[in-house]
Amino acid sequence: MDLILAAEEPLPILPHVDELVLGVVAFAVLLFVLWKYAVPRFETMYEERTDAIEGGLKRAQETQEQADRLKKEYEEQLAGLRAEAARIRDDARAEGQQIKTELRAEAEQEVARIKARGEEQIAAAREQAERNLRGEVGGLSVQLAERLLGDSLADDSRRSATIDSFLGELGGMSGQRTGAN
Amino acid sequence: MGTFVLAAEEFTPPGAGLFEYPPIFGSVTKPMVLAVLSLIIVAVLFTVGTRRLAIVPGKGQFALESFYNIPRNTMARDQIGSAEFRRYIPLILALFSFILVNNLFAIVPVIQFPTMSRIGFPLSLALFVYVFYHYAGFKKHGFFGYIKHAALPPGVPIFIAPLIIVIELLQKFVVQPLSLALRVFAAMFAGHLIIALTAVASAFLISAGGALIIAGPFAFVAGIAFTFLEALVQVIQAYVFALLAAVFIGAAIAEDH
Repeated sequence: MDLILAAEEPLPILPHVDELVLGVVAFAVLLFVLWKYAVPRFETMYEERTDAIEGGLKRAQETQEQADRLKKEYEEQLAGLRAEAARIRDDARAEGQQIKTELRAEAEQEVARIKARGEEQIAAAREQAERNLRGEVGGLSVQLAERLLGDSLADDSRRSATIDSFLGELGGMSGQRTGAN
Repeated sequence: MGTFVLAAEEFTPPGAGLFEYPPIFGSVTKPMVLAVLSLIIVAVLFTVGTRRLAIVPGKGQFALESFYNIPRNTMARDQIGSAEFRRYIPLILALFSFILVNNLFAIVPVIQFPTMSRIGFPLSLALFVYVFYHYAGFKKHGFFGYIKHAALPPGVPIFIAPLIIVIELLQKFVVQPLSLALRVFAAMFAGHLIIALTAVASAFLISAGGALIIAGPFAFVAGIAFTFLEALVQVIQAYVFALLAAVFIGAAIAEDH
């Protein structure tokens, strides 16, 4: 019985035509579906992904470059501004110095001028005083002479007293004048 | 002792008849239904799953991409070269996914049959590979150019060239594609047989009565262990089949070989 059964068992190594044909057809269908739909979708998506990543990197790089350029520009500007500020400071200092020198010169001139005017005034006042004094001394001399002559030149003591009183009057006049001035 | 002898006489291990199914309708058998089922599973998975692919993948897309990248990158691109591998992606992907699903059928409850243990199916797949890689070779090198390319590797001393030519041609046009089909067929056939054997044996041992009942659970545990081993073998066989297809194509279109 066993022997007969074994003989009846087919050889598994021999293909059934049905299965072979079905295998070919089924696989062909699968291949077509994957070739037509799945693989192109994957590949398109992969390309898009690559583009997106590369695009992102490129954009980032561009932004970086732009930032670098701006930074350089600003730094140049800043350096320029710094130099300008220094220049302005130097100019201001020089100008200040100049103004100071000029002011000093002017002040010295002014001083000289004022001094000169003062001297002129003093000279004029003295001249006037001299002129006045000259006139008064003349008058006084005449008065003194008159008094001396009027007192008839009696004696030495009187003469001496007369001169003293005259000089006293003169001192009083001089004091009055000082007070008036 | 008498029981043991009786049991030993009654036990018939599963044989090649295990792989013969009566037609369900017409001449359609269970393996044929499974082949169509696997076709539907893979085709639907890859058409519905790729309907809206985003540049930034979600979980499902990431999983599908990870699967897709195995045949695409580690098989097609590495073996065929980044210049020409794209047109062969569908073939390698179809081989890998179709064989994988059909192999895993062997350990899916209820289904429990590896389609590839029916030689007709691996043979039909090998036929596709055969056509693809020789067509690629002829297209690349021209008719005589490809024959020469396939028959005589460079640097072969002239006095052994005749022998090499015979071996190489036999290998490229007969042995390689045939061994491709036989490899997965034999692995699935043997694996299914072993799991069936452990199942039948454990059932027999437990129901046999007497001292044999002690051995029953061991056969059962062995069946579980073999199921895990088979899961590994099924994946490896699918991988090897698709990888070798890529290797053959890569060798056929290689420059200056």
